[in-house]
Amino acid sequence: MSHLLEVQDLKVKFALRFGDLTAIDGISFTLDKGERLGIVGESGAGKSVTGFAIINLLSKPGFIAEGKVLFKGQDLSTLPGREMRKIRGNRISMIFQDPMMTLNPVFTIGTQMVETLKAHRNITTQEAEKIALEKLRKVHIPSPEKRLAQYPHEFSGGMRQRIIIAISLLNDPAIIIADEPTTALDVTIQAEIMDLLQELCQEEEMGLILITHDLGVVSQVTEKIAVMYAGKIIETGDTQTVVTDPSHPYTRGLIKSLPGALKTGEKLYQIPGMMPNLTAIPPGCAFNPRCNLKDEICLKEVPLLKRTEKGIMAACHMI
Amino acid sequence: MFAFIIRRTTQAIFVMLVISMIGFAIKNKIGDPVRDMVGERVTPAERAEIREQLGLNDPFTKQYVRFLKNAAHGDLGLSFFYKKPALEVIIAKAPATMELVFGAGLIIVLVSLPLGVYTALRPRSFLSRFTMGFSTLGVSMPVFLTAIMLIYIFGVQLHWLPSYGRGETVDLFGNGWWQSGFFTLDGLKHLILPCVSLASIMLPLFIRLIRSEMMEVLETEYIKFAWAKGLPPMRIWMVHAFKNTLLPVVTVFGVQIGIMFAFTILTETVFQWQGMGYMFLEAVERSDISLLITYLIVVGSIFVIVNTVVDILYGLINPTVRIAGRK
Repeated sequence: MSHLLEVQDLKVKFALRFGDLTAIDGISFTLDKGERLGIVGESGAGKSVTGFAIINLLSKPGFIAEGKVLFKGQDLSTLPGREMRKIRGNRISMIFQDPMMTLNPVFTIGTQMVETLKAHRNITTQEAEKIALEKLRKVHIPSPEKRLAQYPHEFSGGMRQRIIIAISLLNDPAIIIADEPTTALDVTIQAEIMDLLQELCQEEEMGLILITHDLGVVSQVTEKIAVMYAGKIIETGDTQTVVTDPSHPYTRGLIKSLPGALKTGEKLYQIPGMMPNLTAIPPGCAFNPRCNLKDEICLKEVPLLKRTEKGIMAACHMI
Repeated sequence: MFAFIIRRTTQAIFVMLVISMIGFAIKNKIGDPVRDMVGERVTPAERAEIREQLGLNDPFTKQYVRFLKNAAHGDLGLSFFYKKPALEVIIAKAPATMELVFGAGLIIVLVSLPLGVYTALRPRSFLSRFTMGFSTLGVSMPVFLTAIMLIYIFGVQLHWLPSYGRGETVDLFGNGWWQSGFFTLDGLKHLILPCVSLASIMLPLFIRLIRSEMMEVLETEYIKFAWAKGLPPMRIWMVHAFKNTLLPVVTVFGVQIGIMFAFTILTETVFQWQGMGYMFLEAVERSDISLLITYLIVVGSIFVIVNTVVDILYGLINPTVRIAGRK
């Protein structure tokens, strides 16, 4: 059976003055109808770039150097602009990190919703407003009729993120890519937004790619997880298995550094060192300078993803 | 919105008061009205009497209040050269200057908007590089030099355009006050060179301002989100980015229109344009103090009025300002 979305050996590079910088170094994953995938990693691991690469919206000087992004069998990475526009906001929607910055401050919510519908369907403003109201209700915005005429600055951050989610739902997409949708919000609002996303995906059978650095959120919402480090996926598989019993030393470090398992007053665990700069990735395994299990081979050979006995994939020589 | 307009208008009135005070202080402290009025044969005793009669010995504040009272009735003193109220002289000259500024403003808007947007969208294209290079040249060239060059090329060498005067005009209101050059071919021809040279100082500035604002807006998250919504590029550029680009540009335009009134002094002199700027220079030569002060106050008022109108316009296009005004 073919997958809804299949990313094959994707490489993203940034053309810089001193040469090309590889931000994403050959990642592959799949997403099926209604499936929820979490992509986790530190800042700069390539999570957001992955999201933008899927909808072919990398900001310059970024570009897809190799690989394929197959959506229902169609390769999005080579699709001409006009065809790609028909997919964006229609079949694949994206939710951004900071709801305070995502809506255009000089247009009403109604305008910004109606234009999204009109860009993809041949409908009247009245019909579009009806759909907009229905979606606003879906994300639990109170008295949506009044809201359409309001401007973004009249809403709180949490409300804005709900509106952005409603915008992303307008054309009933097959996939939603959520790039750290709760990072800029209060903790209480975070939980609400995550619950809402999960609920909507289950109801509509939408695929969700949740990009975040919050392992707690990923384990609550997603079924599948991909852990990224320095532009590569280093561990991927069933979320529960990976989170409760991680294989890769990096994932283990991440789980260990969560405050949940500790008693009050106990010091939080920290993975020693920092993720390498993309311009200076060490030879062999990119994680080797920080790894406590490293051996000769780790300094020479890049480990490939291989299936472990737990049924997940991990890229480590020591497993 | 109403409260916002009221507030802006109050501020404008306050600024006008300050301008009038400065104007009056200059008039009060520089020059001696008695000497301007009387001949050499008048004795010091008679001079003192005239001074007392005119209230020139009253305290400054009392004189200022009297000046304000007269000003409120449209009396800003007499121009001794024209032997007419100074305000009347200026109002008679105002239409010519207004048409010049309007024409230059029109050129600025019509040229800078498309060029600014284009150079922002296609910064590497040949036309963009050419525009940016040319605008650097334009910024660094003084207006009188531009004007003289234009006259030399289009007036003296090519004989395409007239280089002085206003040409054939049309009486707009039937009372002989507003003679407009916008409605005859000859009048329009006469407008071209002065308007182009007046616009030449501001034009490069606006192209650069619009370009840099637009480039900044294009990098924002909401523009990226607009792309992610799958909107057509024209809608993203001309609706989403353009309106946000306009916000700061509108404010600057208001200020620059006011400054352009000041620059008309140079342009009008070079082109023998019978407006307020030309009159101002003549008044300086004749030390016609009342006329000079009145010019200062009138141009100050125009500046304040234009800026108030622009601020209100700004409130109309920027929704966040409207809310602040409602509170």
